[in-house]
Amino acid sequence: MKFNLAWLAEWVKTDLAADELSERLTMGGLEVDGVTPAGATLDGVVAARIISAEQHPDADRLRVCQVDAGGDEPVQIVCGAPNAAAGLVAPLATVGTVLPGGLKIKPAKLRGVESHGMLCSANELELAEDADGLLPLPGDAEAGTPLTALLGLDDQVIEVDLTPNRGDCLSILGIAQDVAALTRSEFTPLEVPDVPVGCAATRSVTLDQPSDCARYVGRVIQGINNRAETPLWMAEKLRRCGLRCIHPVVDVTNYVMLELGQPLHAFDASTIEGPVSVRRARTGETLTLLDGTEADLEEDMVVITDADRPVATAGLMGGLGTAVTEDTADIFLESAWFDPAAIIGRARRLGVHSDAAHRFERGVDPQGQVRAIERASALLTDIAGGECGPLSHAVREAELPSRAPVTLRLARLARLTGFELTADKVMEIFKNLGMAVEAGTDAVTVTPPPRRFDIDIEEDLVEEVARIYGYDQLREAIPTGDLPAVQLPEGLVSLRRIQGYLADAGLSEAITFSFRNRSAFEPLGDGERALGLANPLSADLAAMRTSLVPGLLHAAAHNLNRQQPRVALFESGHCFVPATAAGEGAVTEVLRLAGVAAGRRGTEQWLGTDDSFDFYDAKGWVEGLLDLGGAAEEFTFEAGQRPYLHPGQQAELLRSGEPAGWIGTLHPNWSTKSGIRGPVVAFEVDLAPICAGRVPVAQALPRYPSVRRDLNVVVNKRVSWYQIAQIVQETVGNLLTSLVVFDEYTGQGITGDQRSLSFGLILRDNEKTLTDESVDGVMSKVVTRLNDQLGAELRG
Amino acid sequence: MEDLSELLGEAQTQIEAAADAAALDEVRVSFLGKSGRLTALLKSLGKAPPEERRERGQAINQAKAQLQSTLNARREAIAEQALTAQFAAETVDVTLPGRRAAAGTIHPVTRAMNRIVDVLQRLGFEVADGPEIEDDFHNFEALNFPPHHPARAMHDTFYFSDGRLLRTHTSPVQIRAMQRLKPPIRVIAPGKVYRADSDQTHSPMFHQVEGLLVGENVSMANLKGDLHSFANAFFEEDLPIRFRPSYFPFTEPSAEVDVLFDLKDGSRPRWLEVLGCGMVHPNVLRAGGIDPERYSGYAFGMGVERFAMLRYGIADLRELFDNDLNLLRQFH
Repeated sequence: MKFNLAWLAEWVKTDLAADELSERLTMGGLEVDGVTPAGATLDGVVAARIISAEQHPDADRLRVCQVDAGGDEPVQIVCGAPNAAAGLVAPLATVGTVLPGGLKIKPAKLRGVESHGMLCSANELELAEDADGLLPLPGDAEAGTPLTALLGLDDQVIEVDLTPNRGDCLSILGIAQDVAALTRSEFTPLEVPDVPVGCAATRSVTLDQPSDCARYVGRVIQGINNRAETPLWMAEKLRRCGLRCIHPVVDVTNYVMLELGQPLHAFDASTIEGPVSVRRARTGETLTLLDGTEADLEEDMVVITDADRPVATAGLMGGLGTAVTEDTADIFLESAWFDPAAIIGRARRLGVHSDAAHRFERGVDPQGQVRAIERASALLTDIAGGECGPLSHAVREAELPSRAPVTLRLARLARLTGFELTADKVMEIFKNLGMAVEAGTDAVTVTPPPRRFDIDIEEDLVEEVARIYGYDQLREAIPTGDLPAVQLPEGLVSLRRIQGYLADAGLSEAITFSFRNRSAFEPLGDGERALGLANPLSADLAAMRTSLVPGLLHAAAHNLNRQQPRVALFESGHCFVPATAAGEGAVTEVLRLAGVAAGRRGTEQWLGTDDSFDFYDAKGWVEGLLDLGGAAEEFTFEAGQRPYLHPGQQAELLRSGEPAGWIGTLHPNWSTKSGIRGPVVAFEVDLAPICAGRVPVAQALPRYPSVRRDLNVVVNKRVSWYQIAQIVQETVGNLLTSLVVFDEYTGQGITGDQRSLSFGLILRDNEKTLTDESVDGVMSKVVTRLNDQLGAELRG
Repeated sequence: MEDLSELLGEAQTQIEAAADAAALDEVRVSFLGKSGRLTALLKSLGKAPPEERRERGQAINQAKAQLQSTLNARREAIAEQALTAQFAAETVDVTLPGRRAAAGTIHPVTRAMNRIVDVLQRLGFEVADGPEIEDDFHNFEALNFPPHHPARAMHDTFYFSDGRLLRTHTSPVQIRAMQRLKPPIRVIAPGKVYRADSDQTHSPMFHQVEGLLVGENVSMANLKGDLHSFANAFFEEDLPIRFRPSYFPFTEPSAEVDVLFDLKDGSRPRWLEVLGCGMVHPNVLRAGGIDPERYSGYAFGMGVERFAMLRYGIADLRELFDNDLNLLRQFH
């Protein structure tokens, strides 16, 4: 909402400068977006009366004018404007003036005739976007009066960014009421007398849908001259509030809307037939709106009809076919109250925007219709003449909202805000807000004006007092009272611990969008299944992620394409895992953690190697994660079969046999599709099983030395290390403190389908020192079992 | 019989000439070994006339001790030289970089969020969470957004075809927390939120931290006190803050909080909006199963990106989600 200070000053007496007032408004809850001057600097531009206008001897389109610019002698001006005629008072840019566009006025000769200044249009003074001639100034303006003074251009325009609860401030009236309260200044209400009824023309009005429209006031005004000039004072107010002048009917309805907050609409009376009624639209009905929109009306939209034909969408926009033009002589003026619920969202659906809809959606004063139509009738007949018919007033009082009295307990005010105010002080605040207030016992009872849709309950009154009294008066106090018991489950590995671990392991944390292009999930087989947004911003942000990996791949490709030789990223976040087949939309939100790495393993350094990341990097990260919770032995890895991973380099992570994630080298089809050449390793795990650790329980320190024995076996490649380790564990039992594999070898001396594995067993008995004999016995059992069960041969 | 002093002199010369431990040992053997020359002298003592034996024996032993001492000194010297030579050979360029693993980093948004959570946890708040796909009830209705109210239009909401939505704020966690806990309640809910808006200053996904405190005598003074403590702790500076009336359907009264912030770009300190807050609306308390006559509460919600940008001097919101390592590596 934009308004100018001069207009506001007609309603409320305040001496505050624009900046100070802005500060008060902002601190009162009407946030000021900006303050701008009402017009360009027009020093040197004065009112000038054209004494005579003669045809230029050598130019058809120019006239030579003698003008009275307030000096002793007339000034000669050559002018091309069509309306330059004797008697007209118009702005004159005198010699030396610099116009807002930068043009400097100098004495000049036009086709041989001297001109000592320039008569100006509104456009040239930046008072309008377009103009078709000189700006007519009031005929009684004294020649020589500076335009700045004449037009009150020494004025400021304030734009407030209103919150949706303050629809009442979409008018000068509403803002003025708040300013009066905020600055404790006097509010001057506007007296609106009824206009005299000069003709009998009338149109009956019926309310077919009173729940949507409980009041409709209409009036015929006959015989207006809609080609009349909208007076400059009104045009200037409209301009400063951001509206363009069209013709008197539109200008007056806009003016009253800005002034009182009641949107009005005018029909050309000659285009509507029969009685007017308000009803819901019917399926299939259409209407061409004023802005040319072809509106396909829906059943929850309200329309104004004549003889059962829609002529306007209620509260949104009128129809083109019944629009008032400059030639209109008779109008039917509408001032109605529409329920916000019947208006909200409809304009958006039809793709139209209107100031009326903006106000009706937020709620207008349900008691303001008669006043607004009387105000508009008076203004219009002043400007354009005409005779007013009697009001047609259809109302269903029971359907109109009413503001019930609300009681504010002073103790409640103090408890919620800390403000210990007297009843007198509180009552003054409400009175200044234009509310009726009665004193009670340690309480006041307030009846808000009907336009204050935001005042329903006691807390609403608390806010009114607090914002008017001033949030800057709030004390600061630390809360007292019991603190809730805090739970700190020590066995749970925190996400922060995991993030720190991965960062220390050399991965950088990324944060990617939770939605991506559906095609990003195709490699995972989720292209169809991923949950889609009904209203995505674009196809690239349309499907909820089923995995973190596609986002990380995108980020990895971004970096690899920008000369990063080493990219290792991780991310944690919700994944939206389809629970069923495509289309059903059931998803489970799972908190996951994923990592992606490509390029060289280490940063380039003189001591390092140039190796690329491989499967065992990813595996190492995941194993490290498992250690964080102290329950690593509950997890196992198995060779996996995911089609989007390298068939020979992928593992399933299981916790107690339940799936917990995967590790692998991406299938080259996937990494290539993601724009990455070369191998990409990745992992993705569910965080719940990773985080569920346990509180450590300390074991006694060993009292006896350990013994290490190494074995080197040759075994078929299909036999996994896990199988070997299982047999060793089963055979050695509790004596086995640890088992380390320190070499894998294939090549010379080993046949094609075999490999050699070297590993060390560290054994300890917690009861006694192990003897060589007992260790030898255990070791030979291990060798025998490995041979019997896995065909492993002892080597060398 | 060799002359003792001549022999001693010869030994001295040879010792000094020995270049390494092996050569020195040869010298030792040749003089002091079983068949060494000094040993031979000692052995020959028996053949000497008895009156000379004592004196001569003393002289030989003295010479032997002296020789031994010279040998020891030379041995130490040789060891010392060898070590010196080894050190010289092993000398490294200490200015070459050390051997290290590649460093990873924590995202600035996570870093800011962790810091926010740390500060609030010290004020007694417990961390709670909730789903990102919400229903209308938790995201709007229970938070006192009337159906079709323009306030809903302030939240450009992403919907799914079944009417569920991506939460537009972390406030639904308020409802879940109130339903789960009994007053006194102090919870915070950090997490991702979504709005269908994308331009230079809006990201369709961003992060918020919600705060909720419910107790028997909670007032706006408490809200202001806690938020001021929070801002000072987060920014490590005593910054002026101001409360400005605003509107959120789920709080009444509502406020936006501005911090007088020096952007250190040469301009004057400016009031910058950092969060929204207010006293929990009685309808919201009721939706959470709490009696608004007995209890009152405050709630706040802050945008994590805003805090990260102010704290770390990040100018462009959109850079936060490009995950360019040139940015990420600046956060250790």
